[in-house]
Amino acid sequence: MTQSLIFEISSENRRASTIPKVDVPAQQVDKLIPAKYLRTQPVDLPEVSEVDLVRHYTALSSRNFGVDNGFYPLGSCTMKYNPKINEDMANLAGFANIHPYQEQNTVQGALQLMYELASDLAEITGMEQVSLQPAAGAHGEWTGLMMIRAYHESRGEERKKVLIPDTAHGTNPASAAVAGFDIVTIKSNEDGGVDLDNLQQHLDNQVAALMLTNPGTLGIFEKNITQIAGLVHQAGGLLYYDGANLNAIIGKARPGDMGFDVVHLNLHKTFATPHGGGGPGAGPVGVAKHLVPFLPVPRIEKDEDAYYLNYDLPLSIGKVKGFYGNFGVLVRAYAYIKSMGREGLQAVAENAVLNANYLMHSLKNYYHLPFDQTCMHEFVLSATNQKKNGVRALDIAKRLLDYGYHPPTIYFPLLVDEAMMIEPTETESKETLDQFIKTMLTIAQEAEDNPELVNSAPQSTVISRLDEVSAARKPIVTWKPDIE
Amino acid sequence: MGHRFIPNTDKDRIAMLKDLGIDSVDKLFEVIPEGLRIQDALHINDSMTEDELVSHMNKLANRNTTTDNNAIFLGAGAYDHFIPSVVKHLAFRSEFYTAYTPYQPEISQGILQAIFEYQTMISNLTGLEVVNASMYDGQTALAEAATMACASTNRKKVLVSEAIHPEANDTLRLYCKGQSIEVIEIPAINGETDLTELASLITEEFAAVIVQYPNFFGGIEDLQTIADVAHSKKALFIVSVNPIALGLLQSPGELGADIVVGEGQPLGNSLSFGGPYLGFFATSKQFMRKLPGRIVGQTLDGNGKRGYVLTLQAREQHIRREKATSNICSNQALNALLAAIYLAAIGKQGFAELANVNMQKAHYLSERLKAIKGIEMPYNMLFFNEFVIKLPVEIGYANQKLREQNIIGGYDLGKVDVALENHMLIAVTERRTKEQMDQFVSVLEACI
Repeated sequence: MTQSLIFEISSENRRASTIPKVDVPAQQVDKLIPAKYLRTQPVDLPEVSEVDLVRHYTALSSRNFGVDNGFYPLGSCTMKYNPKINEDMANLAGFANIHPYQEQNTVQGALQLMYELASDLAEITGMEQVSLQPAAGAHGEWTGLMMIRAYHESRGEERKKVLIPDTAHGTNPASAAVAGFDIVTIKSNEDGGVDLDNLQQHLDNQVAALMLTNPGTLGIFEKNITQIAGLVHQAGGLLYYDGANLNAIIGKARPGDMGFDVVHLNLHKTFATPHGGGGPGAGPVGVAKHLVPFLPVPRIEKDEDAYYLNYDLPLSIGKVKGFYGNFGVLVRAYAYIKSMGREGLQAVAENAVLNANYLMHSLKNYYHLPFDQTCMHEFVLSATNQKKNGVRALDIAKRLLDYGYHPPTIYFPLLVDEAMMIEPTETESKETLDQFIKTMLTIAQEAEDNPELVNSAPQSTVISRLDEVSAARKPIVTWKPDIE
Repeated sequence: MGHRFIPNTDKDRIAMLKDLGIDSVDKLFEVIPEGLRIQDALHINDSMTEDELVSHMNKLANRNTTTDNNAIFLGAGAYDHFIPSVVKHLAFRSEFYTAYTPYQPEISQGILQAIFEYQTMISNLTGLEVVNASMYDGQTALAEAATMACASTNRKKVLVSEAIHPEANDTLRLYCKGQSIEVIEIPAINGETDLTELASLITEEFAAVIVQYPNFFGGIEDLQTIADVAHSKKALFIVSVNPIALGLLQSPGELGADIVVGEGQPLGNSLSFGGPYLGFFATSKQFMRKLPGRIVGQTLDGNGKRGYVLTLQAREQHIRREKATSNICSNQALNALLAAIYLAAIGKQGFAELANVNMQKAHYLSERLKAIKGIEMPYNMLFFNEFVIKLPVEIGYANQKLREQNIIGGYDLGKVDVALENHMLIAVTERRTKEQMDQFVSVLEACI
């Protein structure tokens, strides 16, 4: 059955809400604003009753799959459980119902929370200071790169190049381009790490920074990191840490100790805040001492008796967004750190890495493992064995839907053919992993015996594979009454 | 010790390690060079039990003065609107909020369809055909509108009104610096964009003319005239709008805007100390492939059944890398969902009524204040629900007096411009009662 759109269940004069009354003497509208500025027709919005509204969005929610529905081993996305208590905490009136421009003495609790969160994140990453403002990982990258640019400019240097490994997330080169840099791609070596010869060839006085994810997107720790940091710094460049994979090393190692100058974190990954179907996230950015003057305004500081917002920072890059960041997300991350504590955070990395190695070890006899070594929080399989029977990574992903799983990240990183990137996280039990292993083995068998079955998956979802080519060729991006 | 968010027991760990042929988890971390492994524990507090956490968080929350117990007249980009109870109940169903970006459409039809409906509602609101699935907030949406205009016109300069939100102005300048785009300001006169200055500044070098509607001071700008000036030099016209005002005001799309963006917070999102909010972003069909961010499109499955997918992904960073139209990846999908459910809950008639209630109340307060000797109305502008007054005393002092009566006063404009000392920007939403406004008036009257 086709799911109706809310506009299609709309009926004239129905309503789902009451509007506060005009309790002042009302005036004629066009006496207040001349008619030429006014709409002649009301905005075409749905007209539904409250119960219609509830049933519609409840029906939609049942056509959606979240971490609460089942296992979500989506590589590099860290789809861990989102604690319920954190939702309650973010919805406390003292956090949800405060205006960003209230006098600072009326929001001391909020400022204290942000101050303490920034300090904890600085400690976790080994950086000097952290700004909580960026709204997402990519926004944090761009903020960090604008600081790197300001740093070089303050030294009278205009460095135009940013080096990025071929395994990097797409946001890295995109953010560097938006920050005005030219991008140079660095090759990977046969262990999946940075090819040092290739790196050295590109290191010159034009290099502003090297952006690195460690562990990288293959789930492998870059063991030459100290040497890489030395080479980049020697050339006058800075080292940027993409924190997408921090879950692997939290409490075990710190980017600051590895020589990174700028770090961004994804609170919606490592710090258990929900992904929200695409957002909101939060992408705090931490810096080493020499970059502190360039942090965005305002910075949250503390004197003897109060927390305050400091805008008086002459070298700051300025504003990266409105107000102070995705505060509601920050509240959740703060509550998470408090719940986990020092030892709990360490246990996160330990169990995330153990779970990943356990899965990798159990699956590698059935699926090709191009980089066969101890992994960190994730690993990359390849469907090349299955491809011989005409079954591709996409098909395996779709078949997993039939078994009630969210599939792994597929076709990334780009250097692995038919890649399937698997990240179990620490919030999954051994039983869940064992069941997933069993399913993956079943699918491997199906790919041998009945490839057609896998290729035609999914069968059990509310809709089968969609025609994405037509969607892009003749885009329909809004509903109009005449469609259909 | 067991942890409630980590299900593995010691027994599980031992079994898994045995399978791996090692005796300790530490072995797995030996891939990290020894010198880089943390030797001492982090300086982070011990874990709290859930009840300890609740009392700790309540203690912090209680140090904040909330809009629940105080009548707030502060706006300036974030507004205290009433949110019907159903909105949060529905948006915070965990199938929505614990989901990832809908890259697997077969199990994500819920959020995909909801965003498709959101796109439709924002299109109807703004009067433009194409809408993306959201930006971080109103400020970054405006900044990306400017960079998109430059990419679409191959020009490297933009003209921006002084009467836009100062934080939007700052954010815009930083984004433009990244892309080597020059930002030239159109001065404001009497609280509105100076049209004479605009006419003399505009040339064919400019990619866009940018204004806010109503503007930062609350004034309703003459969009039609500005659109004509921009288009006369083939520049795009970008308007940042307060969505609630569009319940009454003609849509910028109909008045010639090429890109309409705005802060979506007033649509069902809590004030939440400045975020998470959402930026909405609409444009005309011809710029569809220049749009930043995700877009949901309608299509069919193999059986001819209607469904929704993320579309036009060839614009985006995960496909295009450094050639993408923007670096945005995570957006504010859940906030967009809140906005969509809010708009559906308020509905067609309700939305017009809501805008009217805002306007009626704001004008009532403005009339009352105008009648008081000593209070000046410095700008003679058409306005919606926000306006400026000038007091003979410092705004900080007036706000302190208001605070004593459980009122959060307006925005001190002296903070952004010394020439505007003693000027207060006042917002009146539908939540303010006559009684609260009368009290607001008497406190101000008493302190001058």
